[in-house]
Amino acid sequence: MDKLLFGDNQFFGVNHMSEEKARSQAMRFQDIKTVIEVLDNAYDEGIKTFMCTTHERIALVCDHMRANPERYADYKFYPCMPYAHKYANAMTDHGLLGAIKNFLPEEGFIDSAMRGGMSLAKKDIEGITTLLIDAEMKMFAGLQTPVIFLQNVVVDFLLGLGFNEAFRIFANHVKARYGAEPGFITMNMPKLLDVLEELGIENPIVCANINKAGFRMSGGFEAYEASLKDKKFRAIAMSVFASGAIPPEEAIEWICEQPNIESIVFGASSRGNIRSTRELVDRYWQKGHAKSVA
Amino acid sequence: MIRIAVVGLGKMGLSHHSIINAHPNVTLAAVCDATGYVLDVLNKYTGVRTFTDFDEMLREAELDAVIIATPSSMHGAMVRAALDKGLHVFCEKPFSLDTKESDELAALALEKGAVNQVGYHYRFVGAFQEVKRLLELGAIGEVSHVLAEAYGPVVMRTKGSTWRTQRTAGGGCLYDYAAHPLNLLNWYLGMPHGVGGSVLNSVFSKETDDEVFGTLYFDGGKNAQISVNWSDESYRKMSTKISIWGTAGRIIADRQEIQVYLRDTAKIPDGYQLGWNLRNTTELTDEVGFYVRGEEYSAQLDYFVKCIAEKRPDNVNSFSSAAETDKVIAMMIADAEKGPSVSNDTVLPTPSIKKSGIFSSLFSK
Repeated sequence: MDKLLFGDNQFFGVNHMSEEKARSQAMRFQDIKTVIEVLDNAYDEGIKTFMCTTHERIALVCDHMRANPERYADYKFYPCMPYAHKYANAMTDHGLLGAIKNFLPEEGFIDSAMRGGMSLAKKDIEGITTLLIDAEMKMFAGLQTPVIFLQNVVVDFLLGLGFNEAFRIFANHVKARYGAEPGFITMNMPKLLDVLEELGIENPIVCANINKAGFRMSGGFEAYEASLKDKKFRAIAMSVFASGAIPPEEAIEWICEQPNIESIVFGASSRGNIRSTRELVDRYWQKGHAKSVA
Repeated sequence: MIRIAVVGLGKMGLSHHSIINAHPNVTLAAVCDATGYVLDVLNKYTGVRTFTDFDEMLREAELDAVIIATPSSMHGAMVRAALDKGLHVFCEKPFSLDTKESDELAALALEKGAVNQVGYHYRFVGAFQEVKRLLELGAIGEVSHVLAEAYGPVVMRTKGSTWRTQRTAGGGCLYDYAAHPLNLLNWYLGMPHGVGGSVLNSVFSKETDDEVFGTLYFDGGKNAQISVNWSDESYRKMSTKISIWGTAGRIIADRQEIQVYLRDTAKIPDGYQLGWNLRNTTELTDEVGFYVRGEEYSAQLDYFVKCIAEKRPDNVNSFSSAAETDKVIAMMIADAEKGPSVSNDTVLPTPSIKKSGIFSSLFSK
């Protein structure tokens, strides 16, 4: 994985600090061209991985990348599924089962019908889960998706229920069908790592809030520090600026000093911000990694 | 360990199930839902004990508390049965559709000495808690007016019939969405002595409301207006906002941040300054032990568990406080049914112009 990955919250009106800012960003990125322009800026700064939700508008970005294979030959997507609001809204309407049925392919190959139908009848979630994954992955056909993530709302919901088998099903399917590494996004990193270890999912890719302020690091700051030091996993740090609560340089210097951080995912809307983040990471990454290894 | 059961596995029930199951001081002793399918899947993959019959669960499972997240019209009977069994009860909002029943259940919970809480999670949001603190400090002087708003994309087309599409079953924007800002108004200003101008309007729904407007009148000349619409797709998810005008300043708060303007006549609280002040969620939110979908959902259940374990006497979101909101909801329904208080063909009083003062003496003659 690259040390810097580009995130997509800014494109979809997600801002943990201000609803006004979120709305103005949503307006700014109304036209998919403006999204692609920012992705191009990031690409030209050497950030060639887009870690994105399977939001329906991402399909338009995918179309653009497919249409320009020369420009984006080495471009990678890290899809994060599912886009949870879609399911949450459907669940209020149709209940859990109805929502799932709603997103299964309506018509398809005998394989889908068998996997879905048998799975529902046998109360076996494997068939359903793999179908839902395939439905979410459709938009990325023909593009590189070397890591595929399960979104934090789903990971943490399942983690709370103790529905651990779902993680194994996700990991197996993503490897077998897409030749990809499974990734897990969570707000409860220490607890998730314990469960993945129990399941025998080795050296997992886990993306979590890791920041100097301890913002949304459930289980506690010390538990995160201990996990980073002692557990065998590949960490991707998100929310390193704690939604703007930590000044950029301080945030980057700190994260680069932490052991076991393989990548940082960040969002930005301007070339200037993208560049300054890249420059900060260039400055502190080697220094920090030397220190954390020593 | 506190033994808890979750009843009703809709969106809120499943969310509570996940959060409470991860709590270090809780054993999830049972789950109960009328439809067997989700139960069977849960039992198969997580081993949790399941029931399709609530009374059977009360008889057979050894419990200290229940979390009730069934359709609103079922709350009353279930809460009563659980209290009679000596259990602590967390119930989803709105508490009860029948205001008499709300009061009875609040009294019964007190009599039984049971911890009783309703899921008005906004009282566990850092920014809204800060509003409460500032009002108690009198930071913006005498409050004259509050505007309470909530918008989001729930009903964007006409839907098939479920309990959620019928007001008589507890469905609709008033019970589901408006209950939250109304509950915040109860928290900030107390119980209104009257309501007026209530509008419960349908946008898409056939048997209930999709938008809610109205005025609430409080003692001392304070008043509040509510503007709620759950058929607004321009919002990504539910967004609740409170704006408060006082003699010494103004407060604007939503889930993410609080903006406070303080005049030079204000009693300026520690950490605040004259003019504009901004504080946001990273600063105002306490970390939770386990996070699923927002700190407030975890915090309210953790608080419920703590109240049981530590026998805490304070009781945020008690049945009696939720009964106030049930009552305001009922008042707004009654008011909306009356229609406008003044109509176009009402004979309007003629203003009596007083002929006194400097202008009238200048222009008379």
